[in-house]
Amino acid sequence: MDALPDAGEVKIDVERLNLFYGSQQALFDVSIAVNRQAITALIGPSGCGKSTFLRTLNRMNDLIPGVRITGSVRIDGTDIYRSRVDVVDLRKRVGMVFQRPNPFPMSVYDNVAYGPRIHGTRNKKKLDEIVERSLRRAALWEETKDRLHQPALGLSGGQQQRLCIARLLAVEPEVVLMDEPTSALDPISTLRIEELITELKRSYTIVIVTHNMQQAARVSDYTAFFLNGELVEVNRTDELFTRPQDKRTEDYITGRFG
Amino acid sequence: MDTRSGFHEELQELEQNVLAMGGWVSQAVRDSVTALKELNETLAEQVIERDDRLDDMQVDIENRCLRLIALQQPMAGDLRTIGTVLKVVTDLERMGDHAVDIARTALKLSGQTLIKPLIDIPRLADIAQDMLGTGLQAFVDRDAELAQTLADKDDQMDHLYSQIFRELLVLMIEDPSTIRQATQLLFVAQSLERVADHITNIGEWTIYMVTGERRDLNL
Repeated sequence: MDALPDAGEVKIDVERLNLFYGSQQALFDVSIAVNRQAITALIGPSGCGKSTFLRTLNRMNDLIPGVRITGSVRIDGTDIYRSRVDVVDLRKRVGMVFQRPNPFPMSVYDNVAYGPRIHGTRNKKKLDEIVERSLRRAALWEETKDRLHQPALGLSGGQQQRLCIARLLAVEPEVVLMDEPTSALDPISTLRIEELITELKRSYTIVIVTHNMQQAARVSDYTAFFLNGELVEVNRTDELFTRPQDKRTEDYITGRFG
Repeated sequence: MDTRSGFHEELQELEQNVLAMGGWVSQAVRDSVTALKELNETLAEQVIERDDRLDDMQVDIENRCLRLIALQQPMAGDLRTIGTVLKVVTDLERMGDHAVDIARTALKLSGQTLIKPLIDIPRLADIAQDMLGTGLQAFVDRDAELAQTLADKDDQMDHLYSQIFRELLVLMIEDPSTIRQATQLLFVAQSLERVADHITNIGEWTIYMVTGERRDLNL
């Protein structure tokens, strides 16, 4: 696919991606170029394939039996569906934040240190550094620095979600995938996460699925509209929300079909 | 299925209000020129009085646009419609002000004998009237092609305005005692020419509302 208008450098290049759950096709010939250090929002009605598409970007769909994929997903030029790709390493590079905050039932510190430990970091001082840096990047340090060794589940929902983001940042990902990261949060926590996302795009490539069109409009640089497993339109967010090119996009974002 | 039918009904109502306001403006322009042609003080005063009503309509429509933006977060075509309405009411209100200026001139000139029978100024007003009808029609019908035709009419308007300018200039050169009144008539012609420019703005915004593209109709 051609680069988007005003495109920066392409980080993820998806070409003619088709995905089947058994005999059911869920994605049809999706082609999109996702820019580095930008936020791309995926919008569309329930069941349109946007979350399915998001999960193809770090092979989360591999975990579902009967899934078959054709086409290619290249990250920095390498097709992640080629057999030699190490999926664990891929998921370290392409991290994911989910709808409901899912901290591990352990301390704040251990949550953030979990990934680095798995990947072999044992040095206490080094881990302290990573934990502090990650919590700072996730805008959670000030609130948690005095309770690092208390259970993460004692944090509020919004704090837990930022902790999950910190946990992800601790393994130094390149791409951050977010699947409706604020849908379980109150409005103020939502705005804090949105602000954080905007901060993070300086260092990461972000792809976010959201049910909230205003959220897509507020935080993203590019927006992609999915319908019935097809990518209908992708454009700069300001363009897409002021003058969409496709009638189906117009109808969806103006609420003319639900 | 329209999942925001209440909001879309409000938008339609807004368009109807713009149309109603346009009707009042059209009448103001027509009456002001008639008042001038006939030096009819009563009619001129009516135009001036009715302008308050136009101002109220403008404020009311603007408030409702802002409320819809705040409460409904309009997108795409809906957003362009509200943006267009906000701009169009400003143009309509300005046209009303020009009608008031013409009515004031009618009051100033009342009791005097006109230096010449007014023929071209009412023609200018007729074209403006016709353009306003076309502009409002294009707006409510969301007809970008019709809006585009305003460009040609505006050219006619500009042409006739230059003709009036030259004619009044010659008159003033020939007989300096006409300068005072001729200058007033020039202001009237210029007001009408400005009215036409506001209508081309309405046409441009209508095209934007329909297509999302910005086009210049006043070249």
